Amino acid sequence: MSDEQTFLDTLQARNEARGDEPTWIAARRQAGAARFEAVGFPHKRVEAWKYTDVRAIARGEFRLADSADFSPATAAALTLPIEALRLTFVDGVFSRALSDLNTLPSGVTIEPLSHALEANHEAVGGALGRLAGVDFSPFTALNTAFAEEGAVIRLAPGTVVETPIIIQFLSRANEAPVMSHPRVLIEAGGRSEATVIEHHAGESGATNFTNLVSEVMLDRSAILSYYKLQEAPVGDLHIASLHVEQGRDSRFTSFNLNLGGALVRNDIIDDLNAEGAETQYNGLFFVRDRQHVDNHTLVNHNAPRTYSNENYKGILDGRARGVFNGKVMVKRDSQQIEAYQNNANLLLSDRAEIDTKPELEIYADDVKCSHGATTGQLDEDAIYALRTRGIDNQMARGLLTLAFAGEVMDQVTLDVIAERVELAVAGKLPERFNLTGLVETASALGEK
Amino acid sequence: MASEEMEQLVRREYTQGFVTDIESDTVPPGLDESTIAFISEKKGEPEWMLEWRLEAYHQWLKMTTPSWAHLNYPPIDYQAISYYSAPKKPEDRPQSLDEVDPKLLETYEKLGIPLHERAALAGVAVDAVFDSVSVTTTFKEQLAEAGVIFCSISEAIRDYPELVKQYLGSVVPQGDNFFAALNSAVFTDGSFVYVPEGVTCPMELSTYFRINAANTGQFERTLIICEKQAQVSYLEGCTAPMRDENQLHAAVVELVALDDAKIKYSTVQNWYPGDEDGKGGIYNFVTKRGDCRGDRSHISWTQVETGSAITWKYPSCMLRGKDSIGEFYSVAVTNGRQQADTGTKMIHIGENTRSTIVSKGISAGRANQSYRGLVKVGPRAKNARNFTQCDSLLIGDTCGAHTYPYQEIGNSSSIVEHEATTSKIGEDQLFYCQSRGISEEDAVNMIVNGFCKDVFQELPMEFAVEAEALLNVTLEGAVG
Amino acid sequence: MLEVKDLHVSVEGSEILKGLNLTLKQGEVHAIMGPNGAGKSTLSAVISGKEGYEVTSGSITFEGRDVLEMEVEERAQAGLLLGFQYPVEIPGVKNIYLLKAALNAQRAARGEEEIPAPEFMKLVKEKLAAMKMDPSFLQRAVNEGFSGGEKKRNEILQMLVLQPRLAMLDEIDSGLDIDAMRVVADGINSLRDPERGVLIVTHYQRLLEHVEPDVVHVLVDGRIAKTGDKQLAYELESRGYEWVLEESTA
Repeated sequence: MSDEQTFLDTLQARNEARGDEPTWIAARRQAGAARFEAVGFPHKRVEAWKYTDVRAIARGEFRLADSADFSPATAAALTLPIEALRLTFVDGVFSRALSDLNTLPSGVTIEPLSHALEANHEAVGGALGRLAGVDFSPFTALNTAFAEEGAVIRLAPGTVVETPIIIQFLSRANEAPVMSHPRVLIEAGGRSEATVIEHHAGESGATNFTNLVSEVMLDRSAILSYYKLQEAPVGDLHIASLHVEQGRDSRFTSFNLNLGGALVRNDIIDDLNAEGAETQYNGLFFVRDRQHVDNHTLVNHNAPRTYSNENYKGILDGRARGVFNGKVMVKRDSQQIEAYQNNANLLLSDRAEIDTKPELEIYADDVKCSHGATTGQLDEDAIYALRTRGIDNQMARGLLTLAFAGEVMDQVTLDVIAERVELAVAGKLPERFNLTGLVETASALGEK
Repeated sequence: MASEEMEQLVRREYTQGFVTDIESDTVPPGLDESTIAFISEKKGEPEWMLEWRLEAYHQWLKMTTPSWAHLNYPPIDYQAISYYSAPKKPEDRPQSLDEVDPKLLETYEKLGIPLHERAALAGVAVDAVFDSVSVTTTFKEQLAEAGVIFCSISEAIRDYPELVKQYLGSVVPQGDNFFAALNSAVFTDGSFVYVPEGVTCPMELSTYFRINAANTGQFERTLIICEKQAQVSYLEGCTAPMRDENQLHAAVVELVALDDAKIKYSTVQNWYPGDEDGKGGIYNFVTKRGDCRGDRSHISWTQVETGSAITWKYPSCMLRGKDSIGEFYSVAVTNGRQQADTGTKMIHIGENTRSTIVSKGISAGRANQSYRGLVKVGPRAKNARNFTQCDSLLIGDTCGAHTYPYQEIGNSSSIVEHEATTSKIGEDQLFYCQSRGISEEDAVNMIVNGFCKDVFQELPMEFAVEAEALLNVTLEGAVG
Repeated sequence: MLEVKDLHVSVEGSEILKGLNLTLKQGEVHAIMGPNGAGKSTLSAVISGKEGYEVTSGSITFEGRDVLEMEVEERAQAGLLLGFQYPVEIPGVKNIYLLKAALNAQRAARGEEEIPAPEFMKLVKEKLAAMKMDPSFLQRAVNEGFSGGEKKRNEILQMLVLQPRLAMLDEIDSGLDIDAMRVVADGINSLRDPERGVLIVTHYQRLLEHVEPDVVHVLVDGRIAKTGDKQLAYELESRGYEWVLEESTA
């Protein structure tokens, strides 16, 4: 039996168990399955998957979870300790117990996809899948075939939500691995403002497969900060694509922060469709042992006077592998655009590898575009300066590595995330220069 | 060379050079084993060479045309091409410059090509004007004194079989890629250079080729070997657009540098780009690779690419030897409907290897141009360094400029830096020049030449001047 | 406490220090003055252990230990601390991290426990106040975007927190306005202690009006050409360095 067939069989069993669905949903499932069957899992001869081998997923056997039970103590430890509007999914299943939607401000809708479909499936049907078609990748196709749960967030025009909205995905250490195919749909109305955090965490020992597809639509002058904090268990397999569409003068900021997972692939695609649209991509990953993280980003400048800026940093230790592929596409007649892209990587070990490709594809002439990619080492002068203060070589390297990550984290306005990531980076450093204690003191001092 | 000497040479009777007298026949279009056997026999090759070609052919049969480049052209029917044709008989060529396309002659004028060369370049059948073979023979004598072997690849296969056997295909294996395999099967001409240990080649190997190139086939094969501490500078191509009947060019160039050897390879490529609608231009699919096999060896590629309808070319360096150095300096200009996908690969294998990449792309008209490069640092390449600067200039709003740099880094002590910019010609720069009374076209030329300066200064002096003139001709009509 | 004997140092093959001798005792403040290019910065760089300096002969001992055999950080941990002429900017590394890591490294070298967080905070805040620096400095990256004066203050702040046995200050007075000069000088004076030594390397006598040296050395052409008390500094200010050179070669 082919790798694909295993997944298709699981799908068929699920469809039979699920019973009748609205026709459009069934048709989409069908289209997703057909597409997935036709193209199969990507292999390394496909340019977009050149550096990422997904056989660990293709050859895996994953069932679908049927409960959202999760140890409350573990959940409490994993959950970001801030006041937030929160939707929680455990292995893809909605957990009412771990969600908090009691005080929804007016103009805001936050609900699990299953509830939204039940209440008014036609209202979801128009937007869902509009940005993420089944031909985007075999994984989007697979997601479309399976999708039944996720988050739907709608902001009415002019709504400003001060409280962060957290979509929390928890992964359990099950007896046998499970998979989930969640969808996130965010529609931000004109002049609305919000901060959304997509947070992945779980029990150590988990080996589940998450295949997430998110679609975000920003109407005129909407402002959205979108954090992805991926601290999935180091055995988890994680594929995600985030599709964004921006209207006139809207502003989107993405923080793509990846620390966990065994195999991680993120795609971010942003269509700047009207003048004045602005996007900022910030990325940081820190991987070690045999972790593999692949970030593919694309900005489509489809309209004149659009602006993009991207800054991605990677730290790799052990036998980890990192991939960065950033593409800026400027359509014909998209004049007076500015696009900047930067990628810097730090290898802490000779057995780690980074593959990076910052691409520009430009069909208009009145543009200011630049990109840079560097892979290198820590600044020897800085190491010397620290050593003259009595700090040993290893500790100095640790401090500078933390500083390297800090250049991305400085852009983070949510302290809870900045501190969490800084601590995680400090804790992930090789033991000789573990800086956890130092960071804790510093943040304590900062608060005083 | 003094002009008197030159005249003497020119007047001399045709003497037997290394070009074997080939019967004036042509094989019918199509490619199979018999075509290859025919070519091999025509070239008087030994059995092992034929086997080598056939091996390449069998690999080629299993391969498909690469599709990853940012190029758009109709599929090529490889069975519709004739793989061997003897040089045209004099009576079939233009009999005087009067019969040559006046546009071509106008270009020669602008480029400042000497009168006597224009006829040769245009393929005029008047031997008396310039006899390339005799000139070549004189150069060869001078080279022989230094111990440098410089001859056609066919001659090398005959006269230096051990060297050819040892090195041919050792840098670009027969099955390296689709076009290299095709070339390995059917190559008909090209150059062979061998510089013995400790010898610095006494002249730039250029003039020879400039003349010779008029007759090179579609499938050139060049092999240059520099022994320990040897040095050579090789100039390929021609600034003048050449009359050329071949639509498909698939050349292979292999360079081998042993300990402390240095090879500088400069190219000016100005094949016919096709008409305004992109019809009729040359397809140029080239595999060029240098192997820094020895410690402290140094290979430097410089290219000025202005011609061809399609360019697919990535001169590369395999940096095996410790402390070896690879360089790539490129100016590529595309106008009209030209398409170019060009760049380099720097493969760092040995310790302390260094590479520099400077690429300047200029795109105008409806042309599309891509820089595609790979910097790879292997796990053993301690302290490897690369710096890449990659700039694109767009002239007009209907062209495209693209950048696809790959970095694959597997060593923590390496430093790899890539910088790229894309912009249009600065209006304030143009305005400034114009306010000083300089015409818009001249101003654009000045700015573009300034943009390319870092690359031009790597070219041998004489070439650099011609390259500037060439750039101006290529960009004619791009503004306004 | 510090003893430099017949020190010869080359940089890229050319000899910069040509047999330098220097003895500094506990409780003393020494100033080394000299014209540009005399080798002043080379001396402090060699004592702190910067790479690229080749010691061809001679010795440096600090409290009986062979300094040249010690790693850069070991020298600092032993209490031999250099204040830079051009403090390095270290983007992203917060001052607070540097101070705490350095202090704990020094304590660990002495076999002491890590400093408890409250005690550390109290210490740092007190020293900040002494240097008239805002506490927000601590959360800023080391020297990044600092003015020349701020950088120098930061060097002294580190000295105050780390309390070195011997503080070496390389051209600490360059780039300071009059107010900053007073603050820096006060900082240095507060380091004066019968247990401690201070070595000031300077081109001008300006700083020495605020920090009175016990001994003044004139470094010319790689050697100590003259040694005297603080009067020597005034003499150098009015007469220049030429006469010292003439006197020493006569």
